[in-house]
Amino acid sequence: MAKDEPLLRMESVGKEFFGNRVLADVSFSLGHGEILGLVGENGAGKSTLMNILFGMPVIAGTGGYEGKVFFEGKEARFSSPFDAIDAGVGMVHQEFSLLPGFTVTENILLNRESTKYNPLVEIFGGRIKTLDRQDMRRRAESAISEIGFSIDPMMLASEMPVGHKQFTEIAREIDRKNTKLLVLDEPTAVLAESEAEILIQSLRGISKKGISIIFISHRLQEVVDLCGKILVLRDGRIVSETRPGETDVFRIASQMVGRNVETAPSHRPPRGDTETILEAERLWVDMPGETVREATFSVQKGEIFGIGGLAGQGKLGIANGIMGLFAAGGSVKVKGRNVRLNDPAHSLSHDIAFVSEDRRGVGLLLEESIDWNMAFTAMQVQDKFVRKLLGGLLKWRDNEAMRAAAQEYIEGLDIKCTSHKQRAVELSGGNQQKVCLAKAFVVSPDILFVSEPTRGIDVGAKKLVLDTLRRVNEERGTTIIITSSELEELRSICDRIAIVDNGRVIGIRPATDPAAEFGLLMVGSDAAVSDPVIVGGED
Amino acid sequence: MGGGIRKFIENAGWPRIIIGLFLLSLYIAAPFVNVRVLSSLSDTLVRVGMNGVLVLAMVPMVQSGCGLNFGLPLGIIAGLLGAVTSIQFQVKGLAGFGFAMLVALPIAAALGFFYAQILNRVKGEEMMIATYVGFSSVAVMCMAWLLLPFNSPVMIWGYGGSGLRTTISTEGYWRHVLSDFLAFGSDTGAFYFPTGMFIFFFLMLFLVWAFFRTKTGTAVTAVGSNPEFARASGVDVNRMRTISVMLSTVLGAMGILIYEQSFGFIQLYMGPLYMAFPAVAAILLGGASVNKATMTNVVAGTFLFQGILTMTPSVINSLLQSDMSEVIRIIVSNGMILYALTRKTQVKR
Repeated sequence: MAKDEPLLRMESVGKEFFGNRVLADVSFSLGHGEILGLVGENGAGKSTLMNILFGMPVIAGTGGYEGKVFFEGKEARFSSPFDAIDAGVGMVHQEFSLLPGFTVTENILLNRESTKYNPLVEIFGGRIKTLDRQDMRRRAESAISEIGFSIDPMMLASEMPVGHKQFTEIAREIDRKNTKLLVLDEPTAVLAESEAEILIQSLRGISKKGISIIFISHRLQEVVDLCGKILVLRDGRIVSETRPGETDVFRIASQMVGRNVETAPSHRPPRGDTETILEAERLWVDMPGETVREATFSVQKGEIFGIGGLAGQGKLGIANGIMGLFAAGGSVKVKGRNVRLNDPAHSLSHDIAFVSEDRRGVGLLLEESIDWNMAFTAMQVQDKFVRKLLGGLLKWRDNEAMRAAAQEYIEGLDIKCTSHKQRAVELSGGNQQKVCLAKAFVVSPDILFVSEPTRGIDVGAKKLVLDTLRRVNEERGTTIIITSSELEELRSICDRIAIVDNGRVIGIRPATDPAAEFGLLMVGSDAAVSDPVIVGGED
Repeated sequence: MGGGIRKFIENAGWPRIIIGLFLLSLYIAAPFVNVRVLSSLSDTLVRVGMNGVLVLAMVPMVQSGCGLNFGLPLGIIAGLLGAVTSIQFQVKGLAGFGFAMLVALPIAAALGFFYAQILNRVKGEEMMIATYVGFSSVAVMCMAWLLLPFNSPVMIWGYGGSGLRTTISTEGYWRHVLSDFLAFGSDTGAFYFPTGMFIFFFLMLFLVWAFFRTKTGTAVTAVGSNPEFARASGVDVNRMRTISVMLSTVLGAMGILIYEQSFGFIQLYMGPLYMAFPAVAAILLGGASVNKATMTNVVAGTFLFQGILTMTPSVINSLLQSDMSEVIRIIVSNGMILYALTRKTQVKR
């Protein structure tokens, strides 16, 4: 039994966050010494799946999960990461969990240090044993050499290049004697190509020793090269389970992004006028985690323009930079007029509105009522909802006008609330998003930036939000620029889509192009970028 | 009916109801320990009028997210400068009071401006910094009161011939000029209602309320509620904070002048040092949080706090035959501050 039973087996695992389904019916198995590749778009459910496996408190804290996880033939329900580690699951996180002031050796052996006896142990117990530095160093060196990389074991973590940090984390998991399964979440994302090559080599070596590996990566070529089995996850479901011989990068990419590669995007009639309304040239934005290095693109009047790309590549930075919310440079012109960057009031004066991706942080006055949320920007920027008293000396807030406008949008967007006086914090995610949209519509903008309009809201609200955007575009002629991590969503609504990778716009394609084309652009595979010239909207 | 009561409790909040019931029980107990209810009530009202504007001085800064105005002494110092200047120039009666205001307000506005520049540099730590701004300004003024060239014989030290005294009487200048305006009371003197002081208090309440109904006031409130949201809507966050801090400081200056005309004395030197704490406690008792305060909070809080302050010494002391009043006062006022500050972390998540 012991040998036949795979190391890890999941049976119809599912998970809901507050009624929002993120995982459904995930079943797979992983044998001893096998390498499993796990790929999927951001939000496909990869991290949630790994959190379940690792017993992260966030899972139990939100109602647990469905289905069963078997580890070494026994059902495992790890209640904390410590249980998982004890059972032999090692995890290397995307974020480095190293102590910056500690050396490589100390980091690798943290809490498992080799110790020596001293007389004080008799009084205070084992915790007072002294460290056996020599043995620690020997163990660290052997763990490092096992990966096949050379790092000075006495180097401080704070002084190491990111690649070395990644290897240190892996060495730490290797040093655990009982590690049977190693989970690597995007280990190569921060590595240079040569380092990634070494890592792939060493992972092969590790798996030969019988340690199983789950390898999560956006670099599809690596996945195909390394893994014995590839799982593609989309919208919380496994859409394919293949072996490298049966598939290729192109097929995986299309499985990742498209419900079906041939799904037709919205067939909007080709647009006649080609007047440019917004031009960004060599735009850079210093937004933490979403740095834009050099974005050049232009948007036509009346267009719905999509900005896509993987998380952290800088797609969110573009809108935030143009709106003046983060330090930015380069040139942005709206209707031929230069926008002074780093000054939100000046950006807003160009009749631009912005629906932020950070709904709770930037998008809403959580503690204020719905009508305040909707009216505030228009009041401050355009003097709407203001009654001028004493010849304009006093700008009196017009509560009645605010109520009327709020009422109109509550009905128009079907916002579920008790009244226009309900506080925004009490609304559900979808309804909060509708309030954010209403806030932008009240301004009657010429250009509307919408970032992640459907993040964290349920399917019904998603459709309503997208339909509303399309309606506003058609009825009012508002130019809409949507930033979203969901490519399928962009393809369903946009005329053209720009893909951002590593802070640069690497391609602008009509939404009618096949999904796989975008998928390859997103994962930065050069094969797809056969023609790096920016393609116009009219073809 | 049950729903109505529950809604009232929800709106008022348990702390206020408990303190309110406690206060009510003190009034009920008063006749039994030979404390006259009518004069107690009138004492409470006088104190409410005296302290009301100082409590109101909390509101603009709370609304803009600068937290509770622990730097109230700064505004008070401006008020004191106005007061001593009016006496120096021997302006008496209502004119004297007006003159004191006229001198105090520009000083308060200027001090408030600089105070705001400091607070804008320490976002998130405003209350701690404000406390030290208040304390250190008092210390600086301790030297200034000695050195400033005031020489009116009613104000300076008798023996040295220079430097202002710690306590200066406003008797003969503008003592009670507001309090006695349209005042009424019983013939025996047991009851007295300082009408003028209340008219002024409510006028200030109205003006502050009106300010928060304007476009600028709305922006200040939004800055307090979510500065990132306000910034994304094109609001200059630092400017709105500056406006609110200046307004709070100006109200502090007015507040102390009201206080002095009723109290009858100007207290210099260490006088302003702890003035912020009762005002902070009162507005929190009134139901304000560290980033939301209303006019109702001001009125309710001032009444409850000053009510407790007036009633505990007389009633509890008579009951217990010992002087517990100061202890209770400290527990109530500091307890309220502590309670509200712990609630802040809850609000901010």
